[in-house]
Amino acid sequence: MSSVMKTNSPSIADPLMIDGIAYQSRLLVGTGKYKDMEETRLAVEASGAEIITVAIRRTNIGQTRDEPNLLETLPPDRYTYLPNTAGCYSAEDAVRTCRLARELLDGHNLVKLEVLGDEKTLFPDITQTLTAAETLIADGFKVMVYTNDDPIVAKRLEEMGCVAVMPLAAPIGSGLGIRNPYNIRTIVENAEVPILVDAGVGCASDSAIAMELGCDGVLMNTAIAGAKDPILMASAMKKAIEAGRESFLAGRIPRKRFASASSPVDGTFF
Amino acid sequence: MELLINGKTEQLPDDISASQLIEHLGLANERLAIEVNCEIVPRSTFDSHRFQPGDQIEIVRAIGGG
Repeated sequence: MSSVMKTNSPSIADPLMIDGIAYQSRLLVGTGKYKDMEETRLAVEASGAEIITVAIRRTNIGQTRDEPNLLETLPPDRYTYLPNTAGCYSAEDAVRTCRLARELLDGHNLVKLEVLGDEKTLFPDITQTLTAAETLIADGFKVMVYTNDDPIVAKRLEEMGCVAVMPLAAPIGSGLGIRNPYNIRTIVENAEVPILVDAGVGCASDSAIAMELGCDGVLMNTAIAGAKDPILMASAMKKAIEAGRESFLAGRIPRKRFASASSPVDGTFF
Repeated sequence: MELLINGKTEQLPDDISASQLIEHLGLANERLAIEVNCEIVPRSTFDSHRFQPGDQIEIVRAIGGG
């Protein structure tokens, strides 16, 4: 009989806490760019994500529905919806979008705020982001905010009352991975709210690195939806996030310049 | 009267309610939210809400996005 105690899975012992709510998965996924609703559903399921981002857009008027809608495919009683303000280039549009989302989702007030600066980089417009965050928080929203990898801005957003701060790893959809790991580490070390890398990861190892830097989670869309096999990549990302989290908690060995043997030197017979 | 709905001009009866508009547009079974001139129209007031000529109406839904 093994005397070794099986440790609890970290996902059970170590939930992601956002605004007082515990989530087992540290992977948050977007629902855009999939080939169809069925692929969206399968990828989201494979990812194990509990929080999914959605966009708010005009209804198609005068067109017949060609496929089931998102709310039927991924029911809001099973997933925590995180409506985003993607496509907004002003605080005003972002606030309008969040208010429409809250009405649409029966008062659900958790939102992902992103106010973009330009179309080429999709980098955040920080002044507009700060303005929108202030208005939304005063209006009772729980704001998870997309920002750049600037530790000062990240702290400012936390102090304003954002429930999570989400620095980019690299431009949205770029798949370039974590361009500035030292800033991400600094943001994490300074923070008292969850820090999630949002945007820019390209593959599973990028996600693991984010988690090893101490991030509380990763939010992604393109890395999964744009993969050759999105469902397989969703599964890979799930494992990478879990592995990266365990690796972070376990504590890596210090880097050394030279070798140290793993087998004892004592008792050699040659 | 003329209303601007999701960026398109539509002719509708003068006393149409928000609920009737949704029905008219074939959106009765959709989960949606409505904004008129940048102000939310709460779902609880759809039956009583009446529009003014020239109102700018946005009718939105949740779709896939990252």
